[in-house]
Amino acid sequence: MAEAELMTGAEMVLRALAEHGVKHVFGYPGGAVLPIYDEFFQQDKVKHILVRHEQGATHMAEGYARSTGLCGVALATSGPGATNCVTGLMDALGDSIPMVCITGQVPTHLIGTDAFQECDTVGITRPCTKQNWLVKDVNDLSRILHEAFYVAMTGRPGPVVVDIPKDVQFAKGKYTSKDGVIVKSYQPKTQPDASAIEAAIALIATAKKPLFYTGGGVINSGPKASKLLRELVELTGIPITSTLMGLGAYPASGKEWLGMLGMHGTYEANMAMHDCDVMINVGARFDDRITGRLDGFAPHSKKIHIDIDPSSINKVVRVAVPVIADVAAALEAMIASWKKHKHTLDQAALKSWKAEIKTWKAVDCLKYRANKDVIMPQYAIERLYELTKDMDTYITTEVGQHQMWAAQFYRFEKPNRWMTSGGLGTMGYGLPAAVGVQAAHPKSLVIDIAGDASVQMTMQEFSTAIQYKLPIKIFILNNQYMGMVRQWQQLLHGNRMSESYSEALPDFVKLAEAFGGVGFRCEKPEDLDGMIKEMIASPHPVLFDCRVANLANCFPMIPSGKAHNEMLLGADVTDEQVGTAIDAKGKALV
Amino acid sequence: MNAHQQATGSAYFIDTKKLESETHTLAVVAENQPGVLARIIGLFAGRGYNIDSLTVSETEHEKHVSRFTIVTSGTAPVVAQIKAQLERMVLVHSVADLTVQGNFLARELAMVKVQGAGERRVEALRLADAFRARVIDASTDSFVFELTGKPDKIDQFISLMVPLGLVEVSRTGVAAISRGSEAMKA
Repeated sequence: MAEAELMTGAEMVLRALAEHGVKHVFGYPGGAVLPIYDEFFQQDKVKHILVRHEQGATHMAEGYARSTGLCGVALATSGPGATNCVTGLMDALGDSIPMVCITGQVPTHLIGTDAFQECDTVGITRPCTKQNWLVKDVNDLSRILHEAFYVAMTGRPGPVVVDIPKDVQFAKGKYTSKDGVIVKSYQPKTQPDASAIEAAIALIATAKKPLFYTGGGVINSGPKASKLLRELVELTGIPITSTLMGLGAYPASGKEWLGMLGMHGTYEANMAMHDCDVMINVGARFDDRITGRLDGFAPHSKKIHIDIDPSSINKVVRVAVPVIADVAAALEAMIASWKKHKHTLDQAALKSWKAEIKTWKAVDCLKYRANKDVIMPQYAIERLYELTKDMDTYITTEVGQHQMWAAQFYRFEKPNRWMTSGGLGTMGYGLPAAVGVQAAHPKSLVIDIAGDASVQMTMQEFSTAIQYKLPIKIFILNNQYMGMVRQWQQLLHGNRMSESYSEALPDFVKLAEAFGGVGFRCEKPEDLDGMIKEMIASPHPVLFDCRVANLANCFPMIPSGKAHNEMLLGADVTDEQVGTAIDAKGKALV
Repeated sequence: MNAHQQATGSAYFIDTKKLESETHTLAVVAENQPGVLARIIGLFAGRGYNIDSLTVSETEHEKHVSRFTIVTSGTAPVVAQIKAQLERMVLVHSVADLTVQGNFLARELAMVKVQGAGERRVEALRLADAFRARVIDASTDSFVFELTGKPDKIDQFISLMVPLGLVEVSRTGVAAISRGSEAMKA
């Protein structure tokens, strides 16, 4: 262990951040974190980005982490500062995003007295963190900070909170460097058992209708995992689909790519899931958006499940071969084993499986009714994709119809380029996430594909983008509705659109200008390309108000309570079919 | 033991309806840090698992290690999921499902206050003797008995005391340990 140095708690925070290579902290000052802010003032290793609301800080940290593979860091004061972080913490827990959130706390002698801006931060954040700590002694602080980074980044990544009372920030104590710190009780297994790999490979070798189903775990495992995944797909010739969180791990231009699966996944991906005989789940968790009705989920398949979290195994779906490991380690071992055994799949069977898939692809499930007078939302994303695909582009989204259209129509070639709130489904995620991504990649093109309702939830962070000259592009598919809410009201509630109409929308162009940014409004399909190009060319933060067809719905769709082979397809679906697609049992589901 | 080799299952799996609910006794060794009990209880409350009994105490002071004995009930897949969820907690060192391992000892301590006079008082004392309960407090019209044993023995003693003037019971909940020479992983 390195020799201990004496310093204040606040100094320790900055020292630890620097020691862990943190370049950016997203935060908001307040009474209980002033000593830490005083330290920020006196150094230049760690850049502080002042947000407008602490929820924004947490989503920025998430975007930062997701796009870099590093740990995101957020900083907030006690009481309301801490409670405002809760949504972002839970979002990061849902999507396994590494984040260290540091909060100030009232001084230790006031804890428990209902002091001004006091709240039980560790109590409130316990269910939305992997671990959290209240630091009562300055001599524990450096160790706890190092543990916090370790826990956030190790195993299945996730958010942690370190709550530091103000007197602990002022007190002097011993700082120990990160090298001396180990967390004995938390040593997750990352290397697969050889027997599990052999069983997985043997099962794949017998497959006639195999399918890869990959998820966010591939992205979390790092770029090497994506590379190995591509190699294994190439080696075996097995078709591949992915969850929302896993997009980009395998390129959308790859020849085995079937598109995203799940509730708004492609027909070919969902039909292939339903009919496959061997399913290879790589870093996904059988979420309910993916499986649909469980007793109709891939009924003829044997399943392999690679996951770093043992509690994911058999949680929702029973699997034949569990492989508990980091994705990259598991894929590496599988490739080696496949080569060692010189396996090849039954080529005749694979050929007929792919022929079957081809007939599903021919359905062209993403087709929509083009319109010369009105911009269709799908068309807007298609054009955005065409005009940005050759650039160094990162995409974030809010939550709703626009998010699903983005997932369907924007084609990702690389990992870490797609930031979206999958597990928690947080409206308002995308704008601050884009700020975080842009802070990490100042020269890149960062676009938040947004909806008119979602974007208003964290609109104030546009001001943060202005302050730090982070030229994010907010591309709003404005249909004047909470589109996905309305779509469900049409499916479930007799088309009664209770409170889902966006009344009193702001003039987004004037709003952008009021913030000091640039606004565009596009209402005609023929103007779209030109204005997207102008948006890209702008060196400033942009709000792009793209007026799209108001009543377009997001298809294809597996209605809740239905199986993969019971999809509603978009182009030809009637109002009658929409109104009766979900039965009484399905109505209770979300 | 490799976690993946166990027969785990789904808390939400469609087949669970056909499975019987079972009672399992889990031993959990964890860091004795603030919040660890709240985290474990929060897991049970948040995910809708049952706690029939929970006891906890520090067992190794120098290492800051606590041991929990949790009696829970659920279908086998749910219990396996509970174990997996406990095992992945940052502060938890190890979890043993004593019911699955078989052959373990479970004991509980109870203090039972009985009020009465005359023949009822004599009968209470006689039964306490039969159950090897000790008298730890007495007044002219009451006894406090101390009794250790398996939970069903304590249940039985308490039910016998009801007609004899039972007024108050305090029970510790179950502490459990496996038989034989092998120790649980700390």
